[in-house]
Amino acid sequence: METYTLIVLLLAATIRVATPLLLAALAGMFSERSGVIDLGLEGKMLGAAFASAAVSAISGSAWLGLGAGIATAVLLALVIGFACITHRGNQVVAGTAVTIMVVGLGPTLALAWFNLGGHTPQLDGPGQRFVGLVWPWAQPAREHPLPGLLYAELLSGHNLIVYLAAALVPLSAWVLYRTRFGLRLRAVGENPHAVETAGISVNALRYRALIISGVLCGIAGTYLSTAASSGFVRDMTAGKGYLALAALIFGKWRPWPTLGACLLFAFTDALAVRLQGVALPVVGVIPVQFILALPYVLTVLLLAGFVGRAVAPHAIGVPYAKEK
Amino acid sequence: MSAAAKLPRWAELVLLPLVNLTVALLLSGLIVLLLGESPWTAFKLMLSGSLGSQEGIGYTLYYATNFVFTGLAVAVAFHAGLFNIGAEGQAYVGGLGTGLVALWLGNAPALVVLPLAILAGALFGAAWAFLPAWLQARRGSHIVITTIMFNFIAAALMTYLLVNVLIKPGQQSPETREFGANAFMPAVHELLAKIGVTFAGTPFNLAFGLALIAAALVWVFIWHTRWGFALRVSGENATAAVYAGIVPSKIIVGAMLLSGALAGCLGLNELLGAQHRILIDFTGGAGFVGIAVSLMGRNHPVGIVVAAILFGALYQGGSQLAFDLPKINRDMVVVIQGLVILLCGAMENVFRAPLTKVFVIFRRESAAK
Amino acid sequence: MADRIDPAVPALELRGIEKRFDAVRANKAIALRVARGSVHGLIGENGAGKSTLMNIVYGFHRPDAGEIHVQGRRAEIHAPHDAIAAGIGMVHQHFMLVENFTVLENVVLGVESGALLAGGFAHARGELEKLARDYALEVPLDAVVSELPVGLQQRVEILKALYRRAEILILDEPTAVLTPQEADALFAMLRRLRDEGKSVILVTHKLREIMAITDRVTVMRQGAVVGEFETARTSPRELAEKMVGRAVLLRVEKAPARPTETLLAVRDLEVRDRLGVARVKGVSFELRAGEIVGIAGVSGNGQSELLETLAGIRAPTRGAITMGGRDLVAERLGPRARRTLGLAHVPEDRLRMGVVASFSAEDNAILGYHDRPIYNRGVLSNGASIRAECEKKMAEHDVRPPLPALRITAFSGGNQQKLVLAREIDCDPRVLLIGQPTRGVDIGAIEFIHKRLVALRDAGKALLIVSVELEEILGLADRILVMNGGEIVGEVSANEATEEKIGLMMAGVKGEGRA
Repeated sequence: METYTLIVLLLAATIRVATPLLLAALAGMFSERSGVIDLGLEGKMLGAAFASAAVSAISGSAWLGLGAGIATAVLLALVIGFACITHRGNQVVAGTAVTIMVVGLGPTLALAWFNLGGHTPQLDGPGQRFVGLVWPWAQPAREHPLPGLLYAELLSGHNLIVYLAAALVPLSAWVLYRTRFGLRLRAVGENPHAVETAGISVNALRYRALIISGVLCGIAGTYLSTAASSGFVRDMTAGKGYLALAALIFGKWRPWPTLGACLLFAFTDALAVRLQGVALPVVGVIPVQFILALPYVLTVLLLAGFVGRAVAPHAIGVPYAKEK
Repeated sequence: MSAAAKLPRWAELVLLPLVNLTVALLLSGLIVLLLGESPWTAFKLMLSGSLGSQEGIGYTLYYATNFVFTGLAVAVAFHAGLFNIGAEGQAYVGGLGTGLVALWLGNAPALVVLPLAILAGALFGAAWAFLPAWLQARRGSHIVITTIMFNFIAAALMTYLLVNVLIKPGQQSPETREFGANAFMPAVHELLAKIGVTFAGTPFNLAFGLALIAAALVWVFIWHTRWGFALRVSGENATAAVYAGIVPSKIIVGAMLLSGALAGCLGLNELLGAQHRILIDFTGGAGFVGIAVSLMGRNHPVGIVVAAILFGALYQGGSQLAFDLPKINRDMVVVIQGLVILLCGAMENVFRAPLTKVFVIFRRESAAK
Repeated sequence: MADRIDPAVPALELRGIEKRFDAVRANKAIALRVARGSVHGLIGENGAGKSTLMNIVYGFHRPDAGEIHVQGRRAEIHAPHDAIAAGIGMVHQHFMLVENFTVLENVVLGVESGALLAGGFAHARGELEKLARDYALEVPLDAVVSELPVGLQQRVEILKALYRRAEILILDEPTAVLTPQEADALFAMLRRLRDEGKSVILVTHKLREIMAITDRVTVMRQGAVVGEFETARTSPRELAEKMVGRAVLLRVEKAPARPTETLLAVRDLEVRDRLGVARVKGVSFELRAGEIVGIAGVSGNGQSELLETLAGIRAPTRGAITMGGRDLVAERLGPRARRTLGLAHVPEDRLRMGVVASFSAEDNAILGYHDRPIYNRGVLSNGASIRAECEKKMAEHDVRPPLPALRITAFSGGNQQKLVLAREIDCDPRVLLIGQPTRGVDIGAIEFIHKRLVALRDAGKALLIVSVELEEILGLADRILVMNGGEIVGEVSANEATEEKIGLMMAGVKGEGRA
């Protein structure tokens, strides 16, 4: 029974870790499906993490924080759009630039506004964070391991953003495959010339995709600083944006497989946390640094093609110019 | 089709980067204003802090040395069509190689230990670049993501080594013992003192000369050898490369090895020249500055040296700023760095079109006369 | 005829269209009237400004000056959207299709009728089935476009335009991807459209097509309209002279070939693409010194793969290529090693493969030969020698302007091609592979290149030419191999070859002596 509880707790942790990854990966899916490589995921998330924590700290409302997080990430997405869509700049460089800029800007603003050495104040007031929602009868249900504990730990007790992220997977799939916008989005990432010829503006479509990416990154960043933890600290995304991108590639730019990839990453991460300090048979205690590096190693392994070669949207990374 | 009108070469190489840089600095000034400080004061402080004294100049060139190495690393990869965000990790692991030789042979004659330390730094840096390169060449794994992952992995590895293996016994902070004195890269002020010139004591050391030599060699290699030609062909047009009998996978691996080796030389300046031991995070983000430096320098060694000195001044001036203005810290320099990458690397077209227009009008007028 | 075509109100009228790309005036005061219910030809050389003009009509480019009138009314066309609304449809030379979409998705894209797809699809299906019946344009609606043959893809493009209720249909070089017989079927379809009262603009550089289908023809040269004719009252020769501005030689003059020993032998060659699909299926032939062998076929039938495999760019899955007693396949020789053996290659797609667009002419003139001793001095490259050699090539091949340091893209297509040819024959190769010798090349350079190729043949070289221009193959080759579906379906000697005969083989009807 002890092992069973451990496994359930591990799965619950997986869900929590997977949430920002999933949001970022879906964000990446929208922009990359439109043909824009999204290396700015990391920066947009980090920017949103800072903005939401800062606004929540000042206003006392996590919801205002969420709004600020989304606004910030969308603004950063528009900067990338201005460089890459309007002015056909290098998408990889633009995403990297925005990320580096935000890495510096967060602590700089935090220092100037809060004077706390580069992080935001602790969010401990009521309503300053997104907290877990306990579902009806979750407490008594714990008494019954199956299915009570599953209900209490896996379904109940997460914050709103977790449920939102879960709902976004079928929603994204529906948008992508069943709506006019989805059809055009998939088309513009494959052959923007065909889209232009069909009388649709390539740039407008791509801007809309980037804005969606910004909104989702905004939610992801807000989750990091005002739900998963209580405040912004420097570099708190710790490469999650890139992991999300790897999950997206592993998921072949499709919502459901991408969800699977995010859960795999999250499970590794949750497991690694559990393994800290635990003596394993044969290898003994694994040094904590190696455990922390596990998600990054996993990313490299996945990209190394244990997955087979992924076929990216055909026009990805190529700035669109009308004249050929 | 609109390729017919072009900026003159000098404008493309000098004026455009200057315009981009100016805009980046203006935006930075705006942020300083937002922080509640005067941009003008900040600018003056930075200028006096970096170039206003011997000490400032020494520190500026010391920082610049790191950036020349990482800037060249990024540029070589760029010419092969690769975006190496992993210079940070390669410099970190390269420094390990340099440091190990210095720890091991620190008391051997300098003429033995220094060449070996250079070699080891280059080899370790190249080795750290090898796997992402190989995966890109063979498996098509996105090199931008894999090199970033290798940055994180390098950080974990180095922390482990410094905390558990290389730490000086009986010490708390994760760093090694000091190298033997023969493994020190001679400081410039000491050399000047020998010929009777007094210069403020700074970590500015001979590695700067090595960086300039590296820049010259990269220039020769890229533009004046058949291998550099093949590398550029592969970077510009992989299909044409295959047609010409150039094997892109070999170019990818070769270019990344060279790139990693250049980044790996950072330890010569930072460890042998300044710290004299291996310590946590000695790279200090220089690998990312390398991206800004390379883009601003238009991937040309001369431009890179100039841009590296500019960023050296920014770093040194930034320290001064953090010291004098309570609301600003060194992170501000990272913001500027991001803005420079954005404007020089991704927004160069924004100002190219208007500049080209100005030149066309100017030409028409001078033709009319 | 006269009652249908009302000359008073043209379907499309262009007045004073001007377009400048920086220093180049691509369109100069163009005036054009296309009558309702007619097929109007637009002919001109590469770079004459035809495509620019049509892109202006379709809203891809904004004209600097001038007016567009559709069905007698002034139309403001700023984007393809406006052109579609005005009833203009366009079938581009390179199809504007999303390859991994179905036919239905491609047709509906942009006119989905509603935010959700399901309803729009049902509506479109009904309408398309009717269109298909009316114009004999049957296409499997649920097939993925990339799996359709090129001819069917073209139908999809036409369906797209008709579904958007186009009254004016522009076709840009539509026969480049078709066999002569398929082209005839296309023309029959265009006649039906004309008889329905629609207007068709046919952009082409092939005189045969102009004569076969158009009612009127407009000739463009160097950005300007230089003549307009009623097709029935003009001749190919008159049109050709208008296009070029002087009398032209329509056929290559050459003596009969006197082939000697075999220089290159291909046996049972099979090539598969990345997805494992066989593109070249068991091809065998020999190439002898002193002959030009032409490979005819509709583009996409394995010629490109064959050429690239011979050059060492692709690896075959089966078969042998022997040259000078060595098996290039078994020895796994790459392009570089093959060049040293005397096998040179002018690639089909110059800008994609043959040159590096951002490099100077002199750098492009050493591409693939950059490690020759003459271009190097020890470990360093020899800039002076590279320049001198480039100047020499430019002089010998009349490359203009003769400026080695100039960017290659600043040269015209013809001059680029001359430089590429000069580069490839510089090392005196014994076998020369040439893909699309005159693609994107003006007539002056075509004459030069053709003469040069014949001279090379007479000097005892073996030449293999792949071209989608049947006329070019017929004019140059001493022996013609026809490819279809990755196989050689027939061989014809030059004096027996006719367009009809080869056209049938291109469509897959096996020829004599081979099947």
